[in-house]
Amino acid sequence: MINRLKSVNKRIWLSGPYAVWVFGFTVIPLCMIIRAALTAREGGFTTGNIVAIFDPIHLKAMLFSLEIAAGCTVLCILLSYPLVLAMRQLNMGKKGFMMFVLILPMWMNFILRILAWQMILSNNGILNFLLRSAGLGELSVANTGAAIMIGVVYDYLPYMMLPIFNAVAEINEDLIEAARDLGANGFTVFCKVIFPLSIPGLLSGIVMVFVPSMTSFVISDILGGGKLQLIGNVIEQEFTKSMNQNLGSGLSVSLMIFVLISMAFTMKNDREGKRSAIW
Amino acid sequence: MVRKVKSGNLFHGISGLKNLLSRCYIGLIVLFLYAPILVLIVLSFNRSRSRVTWGGFTLEWYGQLFSNRQIMDALVTTLVLAFLSALIATVIGVLAALGIHAMRQRNYQIMMIFTNIPILNADIVTGISLMLWFVHFMPLGFGSVLIAHITFNIPYVILSVMPKIRQMNVSLYEAARDLGANAVYGFFRVILPQLLSGIVSGFFMAFTMSMDDFVITYFTKGAGVSTLSTMIYGEIRKGIKPEMYALSTIIFVTMFLILLAVNYWPEKKPAVREEQRF
Repeated sequence: MINRLKSVNKRIWLSGPYAVWVFGFTVIPLCMIIRAALTAREGGFTTGNIVAIFDPIHLKAMLFSLEIAAGCTVLCILLSYPLVLAMRQLNMGKKGFMMFVLILPMWMNFILRILAWQMILSNNGILNFLLRSAGLGELSVANTGAAIMIGVVYDYLPYMMLPIFNAVAEINEDLIEAARDLGANGFTVFCKVIFPLSIPGLLSGIVMVFVPSMTSFVISDILGGGKLQLIGNVIEQEFTKSMNQNLGSGLSVSLMIFVLISMAFTMKNDREGKRSAIW
Repeated sequence: MVRKVKSGNLFHGISGLKNLLSRCYIGLIVLFLYAPILVLIVLSFNRSRSRVTWGGFTLEWYGQLFSNRQIMDALVTTLVLAFLSALIATVIGVLAALGIHAMRQRNYQIMMIFTNIPILNADIVTGISLMLWFVHFMPLGFGSVLIAHITFNIPYVILSVMPKIRQMNVSLYEAARDLGANAVYGFFRVILPQLLSGIVSGFFMAFTMSMDDFVITYFTKGAGVSTLSTMIYGEIRKGIKPEMYALSTIIFVTMFLILLAVNYWPEKKPAVREEQRF
């Protein structure tokens, strides 16, 4: 019966509007940015805008972005697993609660939330006030890479937690029971059962965290005090301040190439349909 | 027997400790996620216009909020934009998911790659590339922002509906057709109800993403339009108007109550969901 339905296949045409949309608003815009990237500011063909990523200033921003993105991804992973295990421990495996806790913050405007972090972390901010009151001295994280790191981890943590949580929630309880009956302790159960089965979720999480944390420019703008630049800041300024659209496009394209390569690398293990739902 | 009881007790002690640790950890994560929100809510009641000093409790900003034209305009733009883009994205996305699901392996994969592009691509690249394209045929304004939002919303709809389509019981639709239902009737009475939870969560995700977006709006909006996000961004240097904290608090609390109601409403789901899977 499935075969019949598959072979009749007038259903394919339902995706017609979407195919048109993808062509008009995904494929063509990408061609436009590539064209702009390959055009010199004065007109004429050039690859200079794309190679410009290797200029020391741009390269520095790119490396700093990579550092932030890698750090953010690792921290998000390290924070997510204990949470998922804790939820299991307390039998709070219900998806509803988790969605609720993780999605709700998105309803407070994201820029305002980052500004709130600025108030918390600034030198005479809330965190230092609490630390001083407790007699623990002071921290000076304001306008440092650490502040940016806290900001990106804060902003992208839900995108790591949700898919890992969903993947773990789908694990059949019998598998874990069986492992325990066969003498596995908690640690072994995690390493041999829970972790391997959570990998599809982990991959979704990495995809959802790595790229955005690398290219965000608002977080670094607010928490980095304008001195620390991610590649996103450089691109944004080419468009809004330096007004060099071609250079901005060129840097975007090289960023895109880098993203594609790293994603192809991540997705290699990710077979058809294996990646668990993000939401 | 004795051993079993002992190990049972031991297990109980350890699991008690584990429960405590688990609670503490969840508490810490929730604190981390909600600390800035708490700060913003407190600020909305702060009489002082400065962000760093507490000038006493006031409801003044809540009162002034509704007479602030700029903020109200931005709010309306944001809500209309989120609703329209989520609605259109849901219609296109659900149809697309049904169509893509019927495709052969290779085409299926090609379509899924295109679906993943806006998700994988950096927001800034998506925003810039759309902007570079829009300037060729339309003025930047509400229309261009709407198209941009639909573009990044469709993938979320497809990705949340697709798993439901995979689980869908095809025989039910076949049976309806055999019993004389036409394709449209069968679609609305049999297919749609099975996909409903995926469609609702797709719509909700799209709405949320649209409300929370800044980067793509920033690059595609042109001069005339402003959403709450772009308005706030413009005020960073000058200082955020306190009314904005009040508005954000209202939106947040409203959503909190809505989500609370939705999540803890008595559930009527059948217990044996698994068996329905095909």
